[in-house]
Amino acid sequence: MADDKIRVLIAKPGLDGHDRGAKVVARALRDAGMEVIYTGIRQTPEMIAEAALQEDVDVIGLSILSGAHMELFPRVVKALRDREIKPDEVLLFAGGIIPDADIEPLKGTGFQAIFGPGTSTEDIIAFVRDWAAKRPARAT
Amino acid sequence: MPPPTVEELVDGLLAGNRRALSRLLTLIENDSPEGRRALRLLYPKSGRAHTIGLTGSAGAGKSTLSGAIAREMRRRGRTLGIVAIDPTSPFSQGALLGDRIRMQDLTSDAEVFVRSMATRGNLGGLAPSTAGVVTALDAFGKDVVLVETVGAGQDEVEVAAMADTTVVVLTPGFGDDVQAMKAGIMEIADILVVNKCDLPNADLIARQLSAMMDASPLARKTPIVKTAGAHGEGVGELLDALEEHRAYIATTNVRESHRLAQARHQVLTLARQRLIDRLVAQHGGDGRIDALAEQVARREIDPHSAADLLIGE
Repeated sequence: MADDKIRVLIAKPGLDGHDRGAKVVARALRDAGMEVIYTGIRQTPEMIAEAALQEDVDVIGLSILSGAHMELFPRVVKALRDREIKPDEVLLFAGGIIPDADIEPLKGTGFQAIFGPGTSTEDIIAFVRDWAAKRPARAT
Repeated sequence: MPPPTVEELVDGLLAGNRRALSRLLTLIENDSPEGRRALRLLYPKSGRAHTIGLTGSAGAGKSTLSGAIAREMRRRGRTLGIVAIDPTSPFSQGALLGDRIRMQDLTSDAEVFVRSMATRGNLGGLAPSTAGVVTALDAFGKDVVLVETVGAGQDEVEVAAMADTTVVVLTPGFGDDVQAMKAGIMEIADILVVNKCDLPNADLIARQLSAMMDASPLARKTPIVKTAGAHGEGVGELLDALEEHRAYIATTNVRESHRLAQARHQVLTLARQRLIDRLVAQHGGDGRIDALAEQVARREIDPHSAADLLIGE
């Protein structure tokens, strides 16, 4: 009875402590049948990458409101690479307060989507499911 | 790049690669053919770790205490795997796994590997593949593998069928001594913990438990340890009790008979699941199961006769 669940890490890098958005997304993905690991607030990029490694997640969602995303997000990508997790092996997305001008540069570092305020959780769920349907085999 | 083979991943795990370990844990958790192949290779390499089960009711402080135990184990030089189990929603089949929140500081220690699991419909306090996940962490070389169950009531005793040492966590206000005399979860404890011992009545409940243990016919008196996991209070004493129990089972033949009973339980549990899977595969499609269920619902035959008919074919 193989049972391939979508495993998601929802994390908040940096020092802002407002995790309502992260919790709403975590809960919506849970209600969509996914297994969501929530790590709590004030995570360093290394802590996030380490949790992603240990939990072998398919999807990583970062939430940030502090404005430090251009500093912290590339460091998350680097911390993942340091652990042999390449951006094409996981679905990396982010949400929070991120100016439009920053979206394309972030996509260049490996983020596949940036969800701003007002995004419907349905859209996030559909995006994750689409990606998961095409994810590669883990081992043969 | 093609995905690695199971054999490559197992070699990686045995060489200490944490990414290979993590990948294999997913395959094992999904009970995939690759996961079963991995377990065949890993099982002979396991059996060295001290496996500890931590159980107790929801809100008793298990995750916080797991974190405190892990910190003290690290101070004593032990490496550690932690398997933290949270419930799967019966409605969406999804799960929110939040045990890492209480163990954030451990994430920066490469010698501690924390894995969250959802129960995926399993009753009894564990996830269906917990034993396999423990085997992999054990084969990886962790000195200690700590399994934290979902919040358990009175009857979630499955963890004792898997761990060398079972710790039952209680809190002040958990009920009068009649609760303590009930069968089930209290009986599986090798160590009893009264957590949140900074709350009122902690001494009272510890005394009641102690009086109950004095009346017990068992040769070994179950130690009672008072802790306040959030402040680390009493955690040293709990570690001492864990080490004492480990030494006790190693020097007597308890560990061998315990592991034999556990192996028997595991084989029968898996065989039962295989037989049911086979029946469903055989008769799920041909409508036989539905037809029998309808007859039972209409009171035309009784459930026992229907089960006999189903397996008697």
